[in-house]
Amino acid sequence: MTAVETGAAVRAGRRRARDVVEQHLAEIEAREGDVHAFNLVLAAEARADADEIDRRVDAGEDPGPLAGVPVALKDNLCTRGVPTTCGSRILDGWRPPYDATVVSRLRGAGAVLIGKTNMDEFAMGSSTENSAFGPTRNPHDLTKVPGGSSGGSAAAVAAGMAGVALGSDTGGSIRLPASLCGVVGVKPTYGRVSRYGLVAYASSLDQIGPLAPTVADAAVTLDVIGGHDPADSTSIPEPSPGVSGQLAAGVEGLRVGIVHELTWDADPDVVARVVAAGRALEEAGARVEEEAHVPAAVYGLSAYYLIAPAEASSNLARYDGARYGLRVEGADVNAMYHATRSAGFGPEVKLRIMLGTYALSAGYYDAYYGQAQRVRTLIIRDFAAAYERFDVLLAPTSPSTAFTIGARTQDPLAMYLVDVCTIPANLAGIPAMSVPYGVGDDGLPVGVQVLAPALGERAMFRAAAALEASLG
Amino acid sequence: MTAGGAWETVVGLEVHCELATASKLFCGCRNAFGDEPNTDICPVCLGLPGSLPVVNEAAVELAMRIGTALNCEIRPSLFHRKNYFYPDMPKDYQVSQYDEPINVNGHLDLPDGSRVGIVRAHIEEDTGKTTHIGESGRIHGAAYALVDYNRAGVPLVEIVSAPDIRSGEQAKAYVNELRAILVAIGASDARMEEGSLRIDANVSVRPAPAGAPLGTRAEIKNLNSVRSLTRAVDYEARRQAELLEAGGRVVQETRHWDENAGRTSTLRSKEEAEDYRYFPEPDLAPLDVKAAVVLPKLPAERRADLAARAGVAPVDTQLVVEAGLDDLVAAAVQAGVEPRLALTRAANEVAGRTEAPDAAAFVATLRLEQEGTLTATQSKQVLARVVGGGDPAAVARELGFEALAAGALASTVDATIAAHVEEWNRYQMGEDKLTGFFVGKVMAATGGKADGRAVTALLRERRGS
Amino acid sequence: MGERISREDVRHVAKLARLTVSDEEVDLLTRQLAAVLEHAADVAALDTSGVPPTAHPVPLLNVLRRDEVRASLDREEVLAQAPATEDGRFRVPPILSVEP
Repeated sequence: MTAVETGAAVRAGRRRARDVVEQHLAEIEAREGDVHAFNLVLAAEARADADEIDRRVDAGEDPGPLAGVPVALKDNLCTRGVPTTCGSRILDGWRPPYDATVVSRLRGAGAVLIGKTNMDEFAMGSSTENSAFGPTRNPHDLTKVPGGSSGGSAAAVAAGMAGVALGSDTGGSIRLPASLCGVVGVKPTYGRVSRYGLVAYASSLDQIGPLAPTVADAAVTLDVIGGHDPADSTSIPEPSPGVSGQLAAGVEGLRVGIVHELTWDADPDVVARVVAAGRALEEAGARVEEEAHVPAAVYGLSAYYLIAPAEASSNLARYDGARYGLRVEGADVNAMYHATRSAGFGPEVKLRIMLGTYALSAGYYDAYYGQAQRVRTLIIRDFAAAYERFDVLLAPTSPSTAFTIGARTQDPLAMYLVDVCTIPANLAGIPAMSVPYGVGDDGLPVGVQVLAPALGERAMFRAAAALEASLG
Repeated sequence: MTAGGAWETVVGLEVHCELATASKLFCGCRNAFGDEPNTDICPVCLGLPGSLPVVNEAAVELAMRIGTALNCEIRPSLFHRKNYFYPDMPKDYQVSQYDEPINVNGHLDLPDGSRVGIVRAHIEEDTGKTTHIGESGRIHGAAYALVDYNRAGVPLVEIVSAPDIRSGEQAKAYVNELRAILVAIGASDARMEEGSLRIDANVSVRPAPAGAPLGTRAEIKNLNSVRSLTRAVDYEARRQAELLEAGGRVVQETRHWDENAGRTSTLRSKEEAEDYRYFPEPDLAPLDVKAAVVLPKLPAERRADLAARAGVAPVDTQLVVEAGLDDLVAAAVQAGVEPRLALTRAANEVAGRTEAPDAAAFVATLRLEQEGTLTATQSKQVLARVVGGGDPAAVARELGFEALAAGALASTVDATIAAHVEEWNRYQMGEDKLTGFFVGKVMAATGGKADGRAVTALLRERRGS
Repeated sequence: MGERISREDVRHVAKLARLTVSDEEVDLLTRQLAAVLEHAADVAALDTSGVPPTAHPVPLLNVLRRDEVRASLDREEVLAQAPATEDGRFRVPPILSVEP
């Protein structure tokens, strides 16, 4: 049953939320030992929440469109009273005194929180191998990575351990694991979903989004969590146009282009799937051209690895042992800062903090951070030009299928290259999603990326739905 | 000149004032002084993971009022992050304004007519408060610090003056005028003793002929009162002048003012300047508020207005305007009270009283004084009773102040003259300073009821000049 | 602009970020940071004169809230998460000097 079907069934009283939760808990029992999607499974709480949903349905109330759907939350989303680690030792055991806005909205739609999922530490990574609590494994092949940084969320959905999940995407961290695990993953337009309660990595790039088995499930979830939030000053004030009612609208006349620059670094079997996706949309009535151009996209990786670490170096300064989280004592407060941060952060986080601090430092700001922000403008302009000619764009999500655990951990740059197709959408603030579209030569999942202009989620989801339908 | 003849003192002041908003700059926590520690905190002002700031519109409005009152250009502006580590900083960065501040290029005209440039007045968030416990470094294990974040996130405007101030006195005048303005426009309580006004002084000296390049400056901190500011500026200017005359060099550093010892000392020597790694705050949108700012009358204008109505110089109205008594004095002048009398009595007898002054009682009392029914001393005593309202004539009777009949006074004066022939001769020869002698004698003889001016007038009349 | 970052730079930056780095870590970090900056040389070399920086991908202006007091957090709930407290305040080691 999809999440949409589950929600409808529970709401109508045709299915018990408690049964749904038990089914997913059984899946967790069976597979979590191998997969390690979760840092924390909320079995007792989920059962209690499900019972409450059932009681409300029995009383004639409507809990909402996600009634009884078990939701897994990436562990950088604040959940009141429930440990939120961000995959890091430095927040091990920290219980936020408040819920993220998206968490409140999910609860308000009847969803049942089933657990906090594993992630690369502070969302810095592309494979979920940077977690302080051990890696997550790809449910399709336990020797492979699930992708990152929302690897736990993707794996939980792929393995049937959750109905839907939320992740965060700063340079591809929802779309990439979605692609590698064969599920749908959506990064909305920047500002469409409130970041209040998302532990910040790179503030001008971070967005929360759904991971789900189907396009329709992702659509319903996005409609629930999206929309203006006065607690987030970067939240778009205009009401978000709902997408879940639009999916069957089809792609007749939709102008589709494949982003040429983003195919350059991808494996041939991956590109083949993107080309096949283009043909499928054409058969469904779209006008597809194989060469759309976003020339500045080739600078995206470099710009990202200056901007994101810079903002992160500032966002992560607060982890200093003074108010919450890990503290390693020192003779004076400066020593405490040093000891706490050195013990609490993993090597990738330290590397990015160093990189970001350097990029902002006196004498280097203009050449690095300042320059990267100007390159960002070029990327925005190139996308805008492309969207004069096209309604949606297609590209690979990941340059390859899932790689082996440990294959890229020795060289940070090798790992960074994995984000080359996903980063440009974050820099531009435009929405992008990954739709499962067959497998690569090795039989592992391949996702195709659909990109739309800012606030163009409707066209994006229509194309995604058509792609999904074309797989039969 | 505080530095000494060959040297010119150059001072710039950085004044932080806490804005009088109900809630903090980026969250809805109470902006209040004196609450129990850590009771006015939330995820935002505590900087908890996942929290985000949202700008308080009243803080922007007050910042624009300040900019307007200081004749600044109000510009589109951005927030920037200023990154550094300190326990009173919940996020280990402070959200402030850097190279695109809201107010720039203003000036403040002081009562003495001098003008001090205002470089900028920008918005930023306040930090928490740290209390040091125990002797640091002396007793192992006894030293530590406690932090209260109630103040973290309170909105501040930092007002940076140009280095136009030339003495401790002028620094004092600047701060007093600035405070008066901040209070008049409702932007801040501006109380140094409560920390809603904090001052750092940048002091340097240079050779006296104007036009010499600026000298190296020292920043003075820990100025807890206007008196400290004045003393510290003068001390530091002298210290630097003496140092330079002895062939030494002034070090650019932060110095601590010791109120008890009356001197500044090195706070700590820094090897290198702090690198704040400013970058635009990604969590906040730029500001460009177009609303027109309407200000109440500022102190300078009130002084000028009252001066024009009273026929005196603006500086003579300063005390009265500072006390908010301009309308009272204007009413008195309108009713025929002599302006200087009204100004003096208002400044000395009414200012500082808690009751709202009653104009009718004030005017009536001063008219009794003016016509000689009450002496100056009697007038002050009556005012003390009728400030908030009352009948001065009734109070005067109650206090036993009877008007001396004009004839009775003249005969007392004549009797006194007759009793002091030698002094009278000298007075007749032109020794005017004996006026006081005779007035004193007449006062004693009348039990204090004589009006000094009336006595003086009679003496002159008897003398014939 | 493809200069490597020096070991001195790395030590300095580590201090700014309050991270303690051993000699081996300095070596490793210097190599890794140099590699990333080398890769970013393409961006550094671009001619972006006349191109304004993008600080916010979705341009908003004047996002303000009304000056209203709202409930604060319960102090006990917050202090319960703190590593050390005394008298309702957060307790930290002495602040001798916070120079990097």
